[in-house]
Amino acid sequence: MQFSLRKNMEEELKEDPFITCKKCGRRSRKSQWISHYYACPVCGKLKNVSASYRLSVIFDKGSIRLQDQNITSQDPLNFPGYKEKLEATKDKTGLMESAVTATGKIGGQKAECIILDSRFFMGSMSDAVGEKVTRGIEYATKHHLPLIIFAASGGARMQEGIFSLMQMAKTSDAIEEYSRNGGLYISVLTHPTTGGVTASFATLADITLAEPGALIGFAGPRVIEQTIGKKLPAGFQRSEYLYQHGFVDKIVPREDLRETLMMLLKLHGMKVKEA
Amino acid sequence: MIRNILEQADKVDAKLAVLSKSAKKHTIMLTRKALTSESKDGENASSEDISALLEKEREEILHLQGLKKDLLEQCRDLTPADRVVLARLSNRPHITDFIDALFTDFFEQKGDHLYDEDPSIFGGIALFHGIPVTVLGHRKGSTVEENMACRFGMPCPEGYRKAMRLMGQAEKFGRPIITFIDTPGAYPGMEAEEHGQGEAIARSLAFMSHLSVPVIAVVTGEGNSGGALALSVCNRMLMLENAVYSVLSPEGFASILWKDSSRHEEACELMKLTAADLYENGIVDEVIPEPRGGAQTDPVSVYRSIEDAIARHLTPLMKMSPKEITADRHKKFRKL
Ligand SMILES: [Zn+2]
Repeated sequence: MQFSLRKNMEEELKEDPFITCKKCGRRSRKSQWISHYYACPVCGKLKNVSASYRLSVIFDKGSIRLQDQNITSQDPLNFPGYKEKLEATKDKTGLMESAVTATGKIGGQKAECIILDSRFFMGSMSDAVGEKVTRGIEYATKHHLPLIIFAASGGARMQEGIFSLMQMAKTSDAIEEYSRNGGLYISVLTHPTTGGVTASFATLADITLAEPGALIGFAGPRVIEQTIGKKLPAGFQRSEYLYQHGFVDKIVPREDLRETLMMLLKLHGMKVKEA
Repeated sequence: MIRNILEQADKVDAKLAVLSKSAKKHTIMLTRKALTSESKDGENASSEDISALLEKEREEILHLQGLKKDLLEQCRDLTPADRVVLARLSNRPHITDFIDALFTDFFEQKGDHLYDEDPSIFGGIALFHGIPVTVLGHRKGSTVEENMACRFGMPCPEGYRKAMRLMGQAEKFGRPIITFIDTPGAYPGMEAEEHGQGEAIARSLAFMSHLSVPVIAVVTGEGNSGGALALSVCNRMLMLENAVYSVLSPEGFASILWKDSSRHEEACELMKLTAADLYENGIVDEVIPEPRGGAQTDPVSVYRSIEDAIARHLTPLMKMSPKEITADRHKKFRKL
C-alpha cells in the first residue's frame, strides 16, 4: 500500500519539470511548487493535488494505512459509455474511485481521513464514493477515532442518477451517528466543493476549515447566474466569502494544515507531539 | 404526445361544461312548464322543442364523454418524458389540496423562528384519522402570486430550517411525520447560497436520519435533487404513479452531461426517474396508482388512494419502539 502511494508521487515528478500556474500563467520549477505545498510560487494560487499527496502532508511518515481500496462503481443505471469512462479514469489516475480512505497518525494520534480526489470524475458523488465515505465514518465511530474529511466535488455523478442522490442521505446518517457517539469531525473544504457533497457530509463538521480561494457552494455559479439573470460578484462562493458569512471557522493555508489539525486534536484532549 | 392529448381533453372538457350547463337550464325549463303551464318572457319555445334540444344535448354529452375516455385511454402507455409533463402540471393536486382532503384540524406553523418565513415549505400539525401528526412539504402555489412567493416550490435555507423546527416538535411530542415531495429543487439564488443552502439541506438529512418517530414521504409531483431529498429521509417512501424523482431535472441532467438541455427527453429515458423504476430499485416502497391521464382528471380518487396507503404503512410503524423506528430508517438508506 505504501509502495503504491510512493510510486504515484514519483510518477508525478517524472513529468515536465515545470508547472504553469492556471491563474497568473507563470511557469515555475516543480521543486518550488512542492516547497510551497503546490501553491504557485508567484501568486499563491493553489493547485489541485492528489489524495496521496494530502495524506502525506497531514500524517506522520509511515503511518498511513489505506482502506477499502477495491470499492468501485457498480454502474447502477447501466449508463451508456460510463463503464468505459470509469476504466479510462482508473488507468489515468491509478485510483479505483474518487474517495480515498485511510487511517494514519498525526503527531502519534491515530485518525481516520477521507479524501475526495478531484482528478477522478471531479470528485462527484457515486455509489462507490458514498459507500467508501460511509465505511470510513463507520470505522471512525467504531474505533473512536477523530475524523478528517477533505471534500472536493463537482456534485452528483450524473451517470448514477438517483443512486448518487441517495448517497447524501447515507453519508449524513453516518455522520450524525458518529457525532452522537462523541466523535470529533474536522472538515477541510477544498476547491471545488459543490452540490450533493456540500449538502451532506462536508458541511456537518464540528470544525470547518477551508483552503484559501476554494469554490464552495450548493448550486453552481452558472446556474445561479441563469436564475437571477445577472453576473455574480467577484469572490462569490469562495472560502473567504463563506468565512465572512459564517460558515467556515478558519481558512488555513496548506503549509499550516498539519499544525492546525494537531492543535485541534490537542484541544479535544488527545495526545499529540511533533515527531 | 401527452401535451397534445391533454390539450384535446381540455377542449372536450370545456365543451362538456357548456353543454352540461345548457342541458341543466333546459331541464329546469321543462320542469317549470310541466308544473305551471305558463312561460316566462323569452321562453316561447314549446315543451316539445325543448325536449328535442335536450335530447340532442344529452346525446352530444355522451359522445364527448366517450371521446374523452378514448383520449385518456391513449395515456395507457406513457413514456418517462410524458410522466415528467404530468408531474409538473399546474392543475395537478398540490400539498394544500392533500392536506384539505386527508387531514382535519390543520394548524399551520410559520417560519424558521431564526430569520424568515419561507412559504415554499408548507406545514403544521393536523389529525390523520384522529391521530395528531406533523404534516409538511413543498408548496408550488396555485396562483401566479403564490407561484412567485414560493419560487415555484424551490425552498431557501429558511424553508429547510422551518421543516426541521416542525419535525423537531413532532419528535418531542411523539407525532408521526408525513411529508409531501414536489419541487424542481432547492432555490439556486445568491441569498440562498449566502444563508447556507448546502448546510441547511445537510442538517435536514442528518436530522431526519435519526428521528425516533415514523416518517412517511409521499412523492406527489416532481422530486428533484437535494432539495427533494431534504424532506425524504423516511421509513416509507410512497410515490404517485406519474410522479418523478431524480438527482436533477432532466433539463439540468442533459445540460451537465451533454451541454445541451434540449436533449431532456433522451435524459428521461436514461435516468430511471419514474415511480415504477424507483420501486424496482428498492427506493420507493409503494406506487400509488393514478386515474388514466393523471391525478388532475380525478383528484378525489387520488386522495382516497393516498389516504389508504398512508394508513396502511403508518399502522405497523406506530407499533415500533423509537429505537426500532430509527433503525428501520437507517436500514433503508444504508443499503442504497
Ligand atoms: Zn500563479
